[in-house]
Amino acid sequence: MSNPQQLRYSKEHEWLSAAADGVSTVGITEHAAGALGDVVFVQLPEVGAEVTAGEPCGELESTKSVSDLYAPVTGEITEVNQDVVDDPSLVNTAPFEGGWLFKVKISDEPDDLLSADEYTAFTES
Amino acid sequence: MSSLPDSPRRTALDATHRTLGATMTDFAGWDMPLRYGSEREEHVAVRTRAGLFDLSHMGEITLTGPQAAEALDFALVGNLSSVAVGRARYTMICDADGGILDDLIVYRLADQTYLVVANASNAQTVLDALTERAAGFDAAVRDDRDDYALLAVQGPESSGILKSLTDADLDGLKYYAGLPGTVAGVQALIARTGYTGEDGFELFVAPGDAETLWQALTEAGAPVGLIPCGLSCRDTLRLEAGMPLYGNELTTATTPFDAGLGRVVKFEKTTNGGRFVGREPLEGAAKRAAEAPPRKLVGLIATGRRVPRAGFSVVAADGTVIGEVTSGAPSPTLGKPIAMAYVDAEHAAPGTEGVAVDIRGTHEPYEVVALPFYKRER
Repeated sequence: MSNPQQLRYSKEHEWLSAAADGVSTVGITEHAAGALGDVVFVQLPEVGAEVTAGEPCGELESTKSVSDLYAPVTGEITEVNQDVVDDPSLVNTAPFEGGWLFKVKISDEPDDLLSADEYTAFTES
Repeated sequence: MSSLPDSPRRTALDATHRTLGATMTDFAGWDMPLRYGSEREEHVAVRTRAGLFDLSHMGEITLTGPQAAEALDFALVGNLSSVAVGRARYTMICDADGGILDDLIVYRLADQTYLVVANASNAQTVLDALTERAAGFDAAVRDDRDDYALLAVQGPESSGILKSLTDADLDGLKYYAGLPGTVAGVQALIARTGYTGEDGFELFVAPGDAETLWQALTEAGAPVGLIPCGLSCRDTLRLEAGMPLYGNELTTATTPFDAGLGRVVKFEKTTNGGRFVGREPLEGAAKRAAEAPPRKLVGLIATGRRVPRAGFSVVAADGTVIGEVTSGAPSPTLGKPIAMAYVDAEHAAPGTEGVAVDIRGTHEPYEVVALPFYKRER
């Protein structure tokens, strides 16, 4: 399993794309998707909602359990992925691509976001 | 046993599971495969083709002797003396108060030999209870947990797969029957039992033969789509089939009558003057269940997509708590979340309006249905 180099990562296993016009795309990592098992339901924040770094902003439900989805940064939700709402298995099959969850206009970000190599080391520790 | 509680036991197929890349989980003190790939694909394989399970964590206990039948009639709620040789019975062992200690499958292997199969989590309790209860009988209770590995082949293709590996008369083997035979050169007790709602077989073999049998079944099943399956899909399969799970639907606080399984309790036993452990409290439970059932075990089907989990409250339209979810999961077959729940009798009729499950503060509407959710076509 390889974590794309161009992304940054939270310790809650979200990935964050490089910002374009201050907006980043957020998803969960392949490592997290693998640990959850088959995702069957995703609840995402509403477009326009303000989310806070490190706080729950939605949930991911798998066969065995439900997990909170954490916002990796603080900001305003500008778009959510309707495809993943309709077909949550995208989280498992394409976590870094078609399984993205939402886009956020960043107003503040924590200083503990990880690089790909740091996140890989984090998950292997 | 020498193993410590913090070092889970491993089955004879442990290396195979790791080679297959299984996600392992601690289950009742055993390190067991949770899933090999997608648990939904494993579930679908069992419903439509075939799945191969390692169930070696199950606890085998053998009773032998001239009074083995009488001892089991006294120790269990069922009428085991009436089971024909070669047949099996689903039954329960209750404590003196009528609470369920475990649910069991008991095979009569010979006139004076029974094999009791207990849940892994309760195997020691069952062994201790049987040993104590059989003490006054001319019967020996033997701990055979380390002497068996248990493999299951489940699904519509399972019969064809097994036939290619054995000369045993599988067509003559009825549901809930077992016969000794040779499968892929391995001596086995072949039982037509399972916990999935599909046709299937459970194969009790010596641990040293488990790997040979696993590989033979894998090869014989590959052309028809058999895949290895973990405990995760076993749980969703049994839930769809409306089968109770000890620790969820069945507990020591529950009698068989509370669980809607009063039929397993046989008061009309001909042995021991009709005496058996738990008889009097169970008679009371039977009477209460007939006159005024407190709660009933029902099925719930979601209209939304959020999944109910064990322990969640079932609520009426006015928000009153009317029950509790005991098992819940997304159903791959129905494509919706489902649950089993104990619900107050007045809200337990199929089609009852206004029933919801409190899912983290939101009352999600649910349809009350009779169990099971899924029944295979025969």
